[in-house]
Amino acid sequence: MPWEFRSDAPIYTQLIDQLQRRIVTGVLLPGERLPSVRDLAGEAGVNPNTMQRAMTEMERQGLVYSQRTAGRFVTEDAGRIKTLREDMAREQIRGFLSGMAQLGFSREEITALIQTEGENDT
Amino acid sequence: MNILECNGLVKRYGPTAALAGVTFAIQPGRIVGLLGPNGSGKTTLIKLANGLLTPTAGEILVNGLPPGRESHGLVSYLPERTSLPLWMTVGQLQDFYEDFYPDFQRQQSQEMLDRLELGTKQKLKHLSKGNREKVQLILAMSRQAQLYLLDEPIGGVDPAARDYILDTIIRNYNPEASVIISTHLIADVETVLDEVLFINQGQITLQSSVDQIREEKGMSVDALFREVYRC
Repeated sequence: MPWEFRSDAPIYTQLIDQLQRRIVTGVLLPGERLPSVRDLAGEAGVNPNTMQRAMTEMERQGLVYSQRTAGRFVTEDAGRIKTLREDMAREQIRGFLSGMAQLGFSREEITALIQTEGENDT
Repeated sequence: MNILECNGLVKRYGPTAALAGVTFAIQPGRIVGLLGPNGSGKTTLIKLANGLLTPTAGEILVNGLPPGRESHGLVSYLPERTSLPLWMTVGQLQDFYEDFYPDFQRQQSQEMLDRLELGTKQKLKHLSKGNREKVQLILAMSRQAQLYLLDEPIGGVDPAARDYILDTIIRNYNPEASVIISTHLIADVETVLDEVLFINQGQITLQSSVDQIREEKGMSVDALFREVYRC
């Protein structure tokens, strides 16, 4: 999974988004030990202090935890990962709905379109 | 203590002021971009910090002291142009650095050279421009300095080497040290910087963190730079 950064948002929030995505999609597994901040920063091509800031925020959100000497790990709390996954899904849907509203679609039309698209998919 | 501090710093070349009263401070542990158009005073500022030039007025302090013998031990300087003897081989340059700087980590430089497949038997003059720049940067970053002054470190290298160089900077600087990177290739360095100093016509026009600019202006440092310095 490559690291990519948009130019219109702070880098640390984008790091959090991309790390969350890795946790939800299982690229980072529950309980997995994370590389050091410096190695992660090197891999992502970002400043170590910025990566540290993202990690601190993810610790606050209960998505990762540190152990004094052993390093930093992805949470093992399956419930927490589930909520994260649902939050991310809601965010996707909100973005989709506002995009559709801009195109002038009503809720009913959107629901109908999703149904037909879903049938074509399978 | 600030690793680098300037107070009302002025440097004139004859009637022209290259620096017209510059005041700022940089704390340890920071990677700072010194960003400005050509002729804005970037190189002059770096040379002053390195003691290669003396101020016309005001002061510049490295770790609390004016540049001099003591500060030279703390500062690793990568000049804009190759300053190393071209007839030397890469291995001889390692010897040279080892003799000159007690803080030179030969092992570390060797690992980086190996990774870029740069042999130590090659003479500097037989290397391409990009490889010469890589060798110089490897030597500069292999010192355990307190302040790294990198003048246009990515000017002439291809994008893959650029990524490697930035990665080298991130992984090799000592976390108590600061790195100052002067460049106009902002988009390439933006994500590795803590903060930026905008310099124009010899004056500092902005000192801010990268994420603060992105948060407050909703644009990248690169976009802001283009707006501020529109021709």
